[in-house]
Amino acid sequence: MHEWALAEAVISTAVEFAEKTGFEHITEIEISIGELQQIEEDPFLFALEEMLKEKSKPVDKNTKITLEKENAILKCKSCKHEWDYLNALNELDEEKVESIHFVPEVSHAFIKCPKCNSPDFEITNGRGVWINNIIGK
Amino acid sequence: MDPRPGIIKERLKSIKQTIAVSGGKGGIGKSVTSTVLSLVLADAGYKTGLLDLDFCGASTQTILGAKNTFPKEENGAVPITINGVKFMSITCFTQETATPMRGTDITNAITELLAITLWGDLDFLVIDMPPGLGDTLLDTINLMKSNFLVMTTPSKTTVEIAKKHIEVLRQSNAQIIGVLENMSRGEPSASRELAEKFDIPFIGQINFDPKLEDAVGNAEKLLETRFAKEIKSRVAKTLKSL
Repeated sequence: MHEWALAEAVISTAVEFAEKTGFEHITEIEISIGELQQIEEDPFLFALEEMLKEKSKPVDKNTKITLEKENAILKCKSCKHEWDYLNALNELDEEKVESIHFVPEVSHAFIKCPKCNSPDFEITNGRGVWINNIIGK
Repeated sequence: MDPRPGIIKERLKSIKQTIAVSGGKGGIGKSVTSTVLSLVLADAGYKTGLLDLDFCGASTQTILGAKNTFPKEENGAVPITINGVKFMSITCFTQETATPMRGTDITNAITELLAITLWGDLDFLVIDMPPGLGDTLLDTINLMKSNFLVMTTPSKTTVEIAKKHIEVLRQSNAQIIGVLENMSRGEPSASRELAEKFDIPFIGQINFDPKLEDAVGNAEKLLETRFAKEIKSRVAKTLKSL
């Protein structure tokens, strides 16, 4: 479960943030999940909650986690066409989706611009896991 | 806020030494040196990993003859082991498909690989670096505490590029193990002078081995080459003494 590794990264970053800002308790971590990485929300949330149960301040079981999904938008660097990753997802087999799940940039191997077929595109939105906000006191 | 850099230190904490095989110029044998060095270290009983960061020209999987390299998913990505070497590369995920990437993508992919790969205890992690002074070199300096093995050849062009490479490493306070000349013809070269100029060790010359190409794709055969024996006597010995 690769979600566990990313959950560890979130907790570690929140602890580091508290050390830098002087927060005694992190009350909430707001996370967005970009659709390109196809993170499974339930196992990710489960991993975060399990880790928080084992921790003591600045993060602990009372630290609230909020997740929001973010559309993955790709933009062709050649013809400037923009498209939604979910449109390309149907054409990818399970193994390719799994590879993108591990390293989203691998999408450059499997996805081409639907308009001009260029592999030169930019991930403008919804790449992967991102901390939008850490709230503490 | 990107959560991934926050976990990289933790992922690398059980690695005793990270050796980045670099040099600036393409085609000077960085990939074959890093692959053979990792095989030699594993063969000597050291827990060894090989990380290919040359995303746009990854070749260590071909040199190793690695097949079915997709990592196991267990609370992260667990690298597969080939001849005692834990192996991780972008090719573990791209199925040998060309993967063109720009700078931001390269930085993101390096950060992701470092954040999710579970290396476990290692004596050595050998990194195959791409040519150039671009994103990968700067990210490696910033994200990992690496020791750089600077490769050259007898060519004046290569030595001149290696000089700029060393200058950037020095400016970035990166550790340099020394200069290693590959494809040597046994003659005195500018590589030694380069090392002396920067007051860094000159590790030695590796002679051109015409039989090396025949062993590419077969880890056992690679270990039997004269190239591997010279890597063992020069580089592996230097690493052990560090």
